[in-house]
Amino acid sequence: MPVEIAAPKIEVRASTPPPETSGKAKVAVRDLDFFYGRVQALHNISVEIPERIVMAFIGPSGCGKSTFLRTLNRMNDVIPATRVGGQVLIDDHDIYAPGTDVVELRRRVGMVFQKSNPFPKSIFDNVAYGLRINRVTSSNSELAGRVEQALKDAALWNEVKDRLKTSALSLSGGQQQRLCIARALAIRPEVLLMDEPASALDPIATSKIEELIFDLKKQYTIVIVTHNMQQAARVSDTTAFFLLGKLIEVNSTEKMFTAPNEKLTEDYITGRFG
Amino acid sequence: MDTHRHLDDELSSLRDRVLLLGGEAEQALERAMYSLSERDSEVARQVLEHDDEVDHLEVEIDRQCIDIIALRQPAARDLRFVISVAKMAPVLKRIADHACNIARTAIDLNNEPELKPVLDLSSMAEHALRMLRAALDAFTSNDAITAREVIKSDTEINDLYNHTFHRLIELMVTEPATATRDARLLFVAKHLERIGDYVTDICELTVYMAEAAFIKHTN
Repeated sequence: MPVEIAAPKIEVRASTPPPETSGKAKVAVRDLDFFYGRVQALHNISVEIPERIVMAFIGPSGCGKSTFLRTLNRMNDVIPATRVGGQVLIDDHDIYAPGTDVVELRRRVGMVFQKSNPFPKSIFDNVAYGLRINRVTSSNSELAGRVEQALKDAALWNEVKDRLKTSALSLSGGQQQRLCIARALAIRPEVLLMDEPASALDPIATSKIEELIFDLKKQYTIVIVTHNMQQAARVSDTTAFFLLGKLIEVNSTEKMFTAPNEKLTEDYITGRFG
Repeated sequence: MDTHRHLDDELSSLRDRVLLLGGEAEQALERAMYSLSERDSEVARQVLEHDDEVDHLEVEIDRQCIDIIALRQPAARDLRFVISVAKMAPVLKRIADHACNIARTAIDLNNEPELKPVLDLSSMAEHALRMLRAALDAFTSNDAITAREVIKSDTEINDLYNHTFHRLIELMVTEPATATRDARLLFVAKHLERIGDYVTDICELTVYMAEAAFIKHTN
């Protein structure tokens, strides 16, 4: 029998190839600072979000992840005494540059909130709302087609197609949240921001939202804030960890949850603090 | 009790159990080799009788790993620890199984006339035990450097096996009357060589646990 001598071993770090994307940064944030009055909530954040991936923001309460999310479509503008430094580039254009059309920006960068917020209107009218105020469609049949497509994209069509004229408020919590996603999708945004979209939902409704996110990333760049680390692990391609207004680490989600680079990240995701 | 403290306690308990299993494997090997060298079949029988407890310990570790993964959803270093332990427990059980096989061989050989001592078998056993102790220490202290050194030292046990193999073949040729017994010793040598391989597996898991580096099958 030949002698079995162990050959020298080459080490391979546990790592995940980056998700397949065009490689182009859809959103590029450079040296971003954000202030609520004198309080600095975000410190020198720089990160790139490639096209058609899901990026999750995680971190303890008050770490700045939702504030950062809202800087990506200037939702913080409506809060008095706030101030932004640095740049947020979408397709290489700084959204904070003077003369930016904020309404157009929010059409391109849609948002879904933690609590579903359907209007007290019919299911159809909720989805058609953005199309009507933006005068996107030229005929009723085109409008109906866009509403149908948005509801299909939000995986809600089969559940509501026979009752489009009933009140959106009659839907379950999970259906209402998917309706809000359909409303955001109807105007065909390029980026979809989701601020804890499933935190108020039961596991079945949460699962539907997560499946939806998985499908939507084929067409959209999605950024999701979540307190649920398992959800971040399930739905995202890359994960960013925030702490005290600073971006501590951005990594592939698999690497982040098995072997993060930063000790602070490891301490957080293993529950050692936060 | 807060959640992470609870998890820490469970991980600590898991560590204790896997070290207990490692200790059982080590003791089984030591006693099996003693029964062979000292021709003490009673000790060999004790090794075999004790094997059920080793099996039970392995199952307990399996259950505990599954519970922690299902209920605590560990991540990062905790996840690597639990996965390493889940993969390490069956390896330690295999080492104990090889010790049982040596004990069975000892019982058979002790019923026959004594053979000339094959010195390399003792050396192999001592080396395998040293490797196993060092591997368990490396695991306990999350020490990838020591684990790598243990992996390198497996070549020595392979060399000893090769030497023993040729020596026993020579004996079979020159003294055909003892060939059957020599063949049994050859199996003992093979068991010891396999134990060296299993200790290498344990050390590879320790490197993964400590550094998240996969070094298995990379040669």
